[in-house]
Amino acid sequence: MRSLRVRLFTILLLATGLIWLSAVAWIYLGSKREVEQVLDNRLQEAARMVGSLVGAIGGTGPGGAPGAIPAPMSYERQLSCQIWSLDGRMVARSSGAPERRLTDAPAGFSQREVDGETWRVFTLEDAGKGVRVMVGDRLGLRERLVTDLIMGLVAPALLVVPLLGMLIWASLGRGLRPLRRMARDLAGRDADDMSAIDAGRAPAEVRPLADALNGLFLKVEAARRHEREVTAFAAHELRTPLAGLKLQAQVAMAATDPEVAKVALRQILAAVDRTTRLVRQLLDAARLDAAGDMPPLAEVDVGALVAETVDGMRTPTGVRTQIDPGLRGYRLLADPEGLRLAVRNLHENAVQHMQTGTVAWGVRPDGGGIVVRDEGPGIPEDELPHVTTRFFRGRHKSATGSGLGLAIAEMASRRSGLSLRLRNRTDRPGIEAEIARG
Amino acid sequence: MRILVVEDDTILADGLRAGLSLGGATVDCVATCADAEAALATSTFSAVVLDLMLPDGSGLDVLRGLRRRADRTPVVLLTARDAVADRIAGLDGGADDYLGKPFDLDELSARIRAVVRRASGRAAGILEHGGIRLDPGSLAVTVDGVAVTVSRREVMVLAALMERPDVLRSKAELEERLYGWQEEVESNAVEVHMHNLRAKIGRHAIETVRGLGYRMRALA
Repeated sequence: MRSLRVRLFTILLLATGLIWLSAVAWIYLGSKREVEQVLDNRLQEAARMVGSLVGAIGGTGPGGAPGAIPAPMSYERQLSCQIWSLDGRMVARSSGAPERRLTDAPAGFSQREVDGETWRVFTLEDAGKGVRVMVGDRLGLRERLVTDLIMGLVAPALLVVPLLGMLIWASLGRGLRPLRRMARDLAGRDADDMSAIDAGRAPAEVRPLADALNGLFLKVEAARRHEREVTAFAAHELRTPLAGLKLQAQVAMAATDPEVAKVALRQILAAVDRTTRLVRQLLDAARLDAAGDMPPLAEVDVGALVAETVDGMRTPTGVRTQIDPGLRGYRLLADPEGLRLAVRNLHENAVQHMQTGTVAWGVRPDGGGIVVRDEGPGIPEDELPHVTTRFFRGRHKSATGSGLGLAIAEMASRRSGLSLRLRNRTDRPGIEAEIARG
Repeated sequence: MRILVVEDDTILADGLRAGLSLGGATVDCVATCADAEAALATSTFSAVVLDLMLPDGSGLDVLRGLRRRADRTPVVLLTARDAVADRIAGLDGGADDYLGKPFDLDELSARIRAVVRRASGRAAGILEHGGIRLDPGSLAVTVDGVAVTVSRREVMVLAALMERPDVLRSKAELEERLYGWQEEVESNAVEVHMHNLRAKIGRHAIETVRGLGYRMRALA
């Protein structure tokens, strides 16, 4: 069922109807029992009364014409009375009472079909007077009495049902108005409008929805802001090297001194390398951003991965890479691609801040992760918490840094459920970066 | 013309130095706000090419500091963010012109010449005095319509004098405009340039005021 209103309406109407029907059934059964009891009592009472009358008019001898007994109550001659002698002759009967004997039961209540109608009869035997007094009424009549009673209840109810239906329908419409208002507000919004819905005005039932929507708005807004920032930074970071490229190309073309032209061409090559790396990093970062779910983790041979990754990278002549033998065969549960990204960016970051020295890869002393140490200038302590922020470039930034490397390393580590920790070396200037679980 | 380039990207800074030098300018490069402040405090520049995003702050701060000191050195901003709001902030901050990266070397040179020209109160791009014409764009010099071949430094000396023909330029001032920080300056360099220049454009075109400096000879 699509419409909440129709759904609620149907449920309410069905429930109301069901409750009414059960009530009617209950009342029917209850009334019927009650009526039967009352009528039975009346039969008994009437029989006793007639019995006592028979005693008083004792002169009515057996065999005589049935005497006139005062008509029993005026309710449509409901009751019929017969008086039989114990030897089986009818002594008297009330007017309207059937000719045939009402019952063969010697005493008490009994039921019998007489002239096509079922009678309920109470028989009172008076051995002293030699008579049996039988008072009975028709079951059909009793049934009608109960039915009339019920009908008296149901008829107004049937009239009220449509009225109730309309009332429920209108109330539902009114009750659902806050939802409609919220829908209208939302529909009328601009695509950029991420302001919160006024949850204070919404009823308690709608508030969770409003809160959830507001939460979603916040998330979407944050994502969009992030995207805008990244795009703006990416534009900046791309345009600067492009400006350098263009300028150097123009210098190379305009220079009359071949030495100047040669220098410019060399700078173009450097700029192309740098821009290539920047584009690769931007794409890596975008890919990490886009891949939302945790990737499948696998046992990665970190030693082999580091060796392979570092091998394929160019290193300045003064910088050596050293891979600790302990790293060979060291295994870590990680996303292989993510770990490769982290390793590559950490290595690049280490190398580009050094003129000479050693970048050393190894296992953390407690065996809980891997660690890389460089011999660069280190990072000022106050900048350490920010260096993994995208496009953050500290005071010690290198000429070729993009501000993305450490951010990518951090994102890639996190994707594997690992964390990246950076700190300044205590033994000498330089950075110690470790990738470890937890 | 001596230009200060404030740009932290080494390749771009190097390109600016080489490119603007081709146009006859002397270029000094710095990479941070702090170095830029120091350079501006100690030397005089014809113009400043200023990048906005610097490692130790925004180029806008350097610009504001400059204007606060009532320094009217023309400033051309370079930035990778070319949102209108950024441009407005730059121009309102006291910049004379604005270029988004990447830009054209020739356009940048032309804009620098334009802001320098405006700062010196001239309307025309071509410098003219008597029969001497100097095109700062092409560095071409003609005397009475005849082209004269002059070296880069000689053009710079001549341009410095012709920008304000009636103003005396001291030897130190001319040296500063001719040579960047890294360059060794011979003690008699200005005299040598002056001698060569006079030989090419006419002995009496430039007047020497002993002990004070040089200026263009007043027209009769």
